[in-house]
Amino acid sequence: MTHYRFHILCCGGTGCKASNSAGIVRKFEAVLKEKNINDVQVITTGCFGFCEKGPIVKILPDNTFYVQVKEDDVENIVNEHIIKGRKVERLLYTDPKSEGHVSDSKHMGFYKKQMRIALRNCGFINPEDIREYIAREGYAALGKVLTEMTPEAAIDEMTKSGLRGRGGAGFPTGLKWGFARKSVADQKYVVCNADEGDPGAFMDRSILEGDPHSVIEAMAICGYCIGATKGLVYIRAEYPLAIKRLQIAIDQAREYGLLGKDILGTGFEFDIELRYGAGAFVCGEETALIHSMEGQRGEPTVKPPFPAVKGYMGKPTNVNNVETFANVPVIYLKGADWFNKIGTEKSKGTKVFALAGKINNVGLIEVPMGTTLREIIYEIGGGIKGGKKFKAVQTGGPSGGCLTEKDLDTPVDYESLAAAKSIMGSGGMIVMDEDNCMVAIAKFYLDFTVDESCGKCTPCRVGNKRMNEILDKIIKGNGTMEDIELLKNLATVIQDTALCGLGQTAPNPVLSTLNNFYDEYVAHVKDKKCPAGQCKDLLSYVINPDKCMGCTACARKCPVAAITGTVKQPHKIDQAKCIKCGTCLDTCKFGAISKQ
Amino acid sequence: MDMIKITIDGKVFEVEKGITVLEAARKNGIRIPTLCHMNLSGLRFVNKPASCRVCVVEIEGRRNLAPACATDVMDGMVIKTHSIRVLNARRTIIELLLSDHPKDCLVCMKSGNCELQDIAHEFGVREVRYDENCAMSTYRKDKSPSIIRDMDKCIMCRRCETMCNEIQTVGALSAVNRGFNSVVAPAFEQNLVDSACTFCGQCLAVCPVGALTEVDHTWNVIQAINDPKKVVLVQTAPAVRVALGEEFDMEPGTIVTGKMAAALRRLGFDYVFDTDFAADLTIMEEGSELLDRLQRFLGGDKTVKLPILTSCCPAWVNFFEYNFPDMLDVPSTARSPQQMFGPIAKTYFLEKLREKPEYKDLKREDMVVVSIMPCVAKKYECSRPELSYEGNPDVDYSLSTRELAAFIKRMNIDFNSLPEEDFDRPLGESTGAAVIFGASGGVIEAAVRTAYELLTKQQCPSVDFKQIRGLEGMREAIVPLPEGMPLKEIKIGIANGLANARKLLEAVQRGECDYQAIEVMACPGGCIGGAGQPYHHGDSSIIKKRQEAIYREDAGKPIRKSHENPYIQKLYEEFLIKPLGEKSHHLLHTHYFKKREKYEEVDD
Repeated sequence: MTHYRFHILCCGGTGCKASNSAGIVRKFEAVLKEKNINDVQVITTGCFGFCEKGPIVKILPDNTFYVQVKEDDVENIVNEHIIKGRKVERLLYTDPKSEGHVSDSKHMGFYKKQMRIALRNCGFINPEDIREYIAREGYAALGKVLTEMTPEAAIDEMTKSGLRGRGGAGFPTGLKWGFARKSVADQKYVVCNADEGDPGAFMDRSILEGDPHSVIEAMAICGYCIGATKGLVYIRAEYPLAIKRLQIAIDQAREYGLLGKDILGTGFEFDIELRYGAGAFVCGEETALIHSMEGQRGEPTVKPPFPAVKGYMGKPTNVNNVETFANVPVIYLKGADWFNKIGTEKSKGTKVFALAGKINNVGLIEVPMGTTLREIIYEIGGGIKGGKKFKAVQTGGPSGGCLTEKDLDTPVDYESLAAAKSIMGSGGMIVMDEDNCMVAIAKFYLDFTVDESCGKCTPCRVGNKRMNEILDKIIKGNGTMEDIELLKNLATVIQDTALCGLGQTAPNPVLSTLNNFYDEYVAHVKDKKCPAGQCKDLLSYVINPDKCMGCTACARKCPVAAITGTVKQPHKIDQAKCIKCGTCLDTCKFGAISKQ
Repeated sequence: MDMIKITIDGKVFEVEKGITVLEAARKNGIRIPTLCHMNLSGLRFVNKPASCRVCVVEIEGRRNLAPACATDVMDGMVIKTHSIRVLNARRTIIELLLSDHPKDCLVCMKSGNCELQDIAHEFGVREVRYDENCAMSTYRKDKSPSIIRDMDKCIMCRRCETMCNEIQTVGALSAVNRGFNSVVAPAFEQNLVDSACTFCGQCLAVCPVGALTEVDHTWNVIQAINDPKKVVLVQTAPAVRVALGEEFDMEPGTIVTGKMAAALRRLGFDYVFDTDFAADLTIMEEGSELLDRLQRFLGGDKTVKLPILTSCCPAWVNFFEYNFPDMLDVPSTARSPQQMFGPIAKTYFLEKLREKPEYKDLKREDMVVVSIMPCVAKKYECSRPELSYEGNPDVDYSLSTRELAAFIKRMNIDFNSLPEEDFDRPLGESTGAAVIFGASGGVIEAAVRTAYELLTKQQCPSVDFKQIRGLEGMREAIVPLPEGMPLKEIKIGIANGLANARKLLEAVQRGECDYQAIEVMACPGGCIGGAGQPYHHGDSSIIKKRQEAIYREDAGKPIRKSHENPYIQKLYEEFLIKPLGEKSHHLLHTHYFKKREKYEEVDD
């Protein structure tokens, strides 16, 4: 076996791939070959998480973390780092505070507070090679469970670990498995819910792209526990890379006898197939997901019966989310007692979040439960972009709520977030600054749920549409105080009467912005003003005649010729013509133009 | 039966385990309003998607309101059906439904029969608090020969979908699109006429609003009646006379044959005839066909197709044409009674009329045949090109029972005070065998009454073959034959509802079927449950009462076997010569088409 001097890990997640990481890999291979260097291995890995600074290249064994690497940098890295052993300083991460270079990711603010369990192999191994997973103790948990534990004991261990569903609802995984085990049937199914649909969320995609075997191993363990021989992964067709890697992983696992008949000689049989979804948010709801897999219209039905009793094709079915499964093998390897020491009293382990919005370090993070929002936003996320003021953070995606300054010290766990009137959700976390209008934010999320409603029940089909129309009216300056009352009533009734989780939680962004930013609503309605200056219909661009030098720059740039005036004389904006594009504001060098 | 205790609105009730909150409440006199929910237990139809959310109730200990229709009772459950929280939610939901519903109640066909209208009225919804310009979900209108789809009015209760897919297994209708734009439609936005639709119309029989309605030909009929050149004949199907009274506040199951004949005469029809006459004729032809096939089979002819399938029901004909194209030689070639009546009227009776001086130059085109049917598929059947002569249809217009009732009201006739009158002769005389065509099993019972006697040359021991009767979706009956016959018995299969028909046909296809004859009616319960009948509004006991009335009418008839109808005998003597003869072949029999073929060609 070749002994490698260096391993060059290049991120092959969807984000970095979009920034040409595949080209970087090819270039590394070409340059190494050209220079006849044979003791360096180039590996395409899954996501490192620090997407803000991608494409990322990490060099082992010295753990050097290069950011925003381009194809043209490759030759330089090889010449300097690989050949001469000198780090390429200009490609290292610059700490925004000390402004010094940080070469080891362990010392970067982004990674310091993170703890990677579900993402343990992402950005470390080649997801398309089962041997790399096995080298990281992969399939050892399956072996342990199959040979040393009864299904009941394995379920007990899972219950003891305190792992709860990472899809959003936080149902105890061990309990769920126990229900499915109890159901008596000739066939049972294990389903992996990979229908990640929150806007901006990519936790599950990254796990499947970076470490597909962890999910496969967990599904097999679950199959053993509940007595199922068939597994299905419901994955959205928009995840081509995840699908490809998952399929490769399944094929390899079969080849290695880790899927199929008589796994590891124990007589246990289990195999996995993929089922593609067409990308409907509602299909993340387990009954809708099951209907979709059956070839039916993807819409939810009333529970009970629960899938554990009557699921896919009428058979008992256990549905868990990707991230939940990714935690499973580690729990059996290190023990429930190890896992349940991480996190808070009722929320054990870690949680992956897709950190996005007006934040410096956009990316995928994994933190122990109980980490505060402040730590996540200011330490891991590096604070608000452009030094602006923090306004709110939305957790739980379109089903969640927004939390404000007063909630920043809330520990992130299921109970605390619920107490603060938001939810954990599947892990979307979007940060907003002072420029975000909260009415517009509520509308943004509602636009999404209106689009994604299946149309089955009245409150969601018509109610959300009507809420959206009222918000639109308010944003355009046509709202009345009665509209706000109507909105409140509608939101409450939809929450109270919709058929499934999607409908019941769709009003959350409206209710939480109404709770936290009621004044902003009132300003839109009574003063016809958008305090954040985001709602175009409620703002006007005005030239201060005292500051205007009459340089004509703004008039020349205005796309609709709304600005008039003679040279060296103060100019004026014709409000009837103005389309509020903001070009003049950006153009003016004298600070004479303002939004009002 | 396990009983548990629950509390509804402060009162404790003992109810059986396993029922829903809605059922428990209704059994104890508490009426929780519903909209999407429909339970026609007698007809095997249950629609409970729990999607309209009108029936929500408050259950102690639950975070959200629960749909009463889909929540099972549990011991100790405390339910509030009219708390302010419930009332507010219910009102909001009704208002939401109204906000996306055209406000054209004044001109809507379902006005007065609309469940949304009723519930909004009951709730005292006097305004819809949403912007008057709020978005409405709108769709292309689709008009087929039988059914009009105006999906702007659809409230997504999905009853039609359940009916079309589960009870009928036609699969023409299902939910498409999502969110605000979701609607029930044929796949790929096909028109119904190009889809698998059989025009059974059961979708519109359960539609709570005016989204699905039938094509109305009443005005065409009024025009014809008022055209001095035209002679207008009307024929009425057996199931109409046991249901029409419901439209005039009579008890379901009231027989109004005499009043109906009187009303039709007052509406201005020149001749008031009876489809029952043609039903007797159908038995002569179809019964003879059965006999012919049986005799050939017993004579050793292995090519004979048995069982014979009835062909009276146009929706059933559409169904097998679409779904069983390789079995088109199995059903009887006999036309339905409606379509036997037409050509007999326009040949035999036309000739008779021409004998009168005032009609000596009467042309076929000037004779208008109108049928009153419990059915909407009959409208489509009239329009089938092969059921016409040189472009002139054998039957010009078909009106439903409901349209007839509306017509009577429109013409200022006080139906309830009308005298009992008789049908005109000769096409108005019928037997009890014809009457029972209206109920599932009736056609085959009528056929057996005749075939038995023709085959055995003996009198039936009794004309009441009760083993054939019933409302169950699939039944079988064995009619023993007297000693010495080459066949010990006649074995009969009966299906109502197209899902049951499909099951039977598939069994025939697999060769697992030893029936000699199968009767199929598309509508649950047969024609008495037809889509053109007065709306049952979810009460399947009405169908049962109509069925009982049919058999009462039969029992009261002096003649109860088709071949004993003197006017039928006369028709054969004077005109047709013999069943299955040359004239019958042209006038009374038909052929079938592979309905799906034209689409498959397009696919290739």
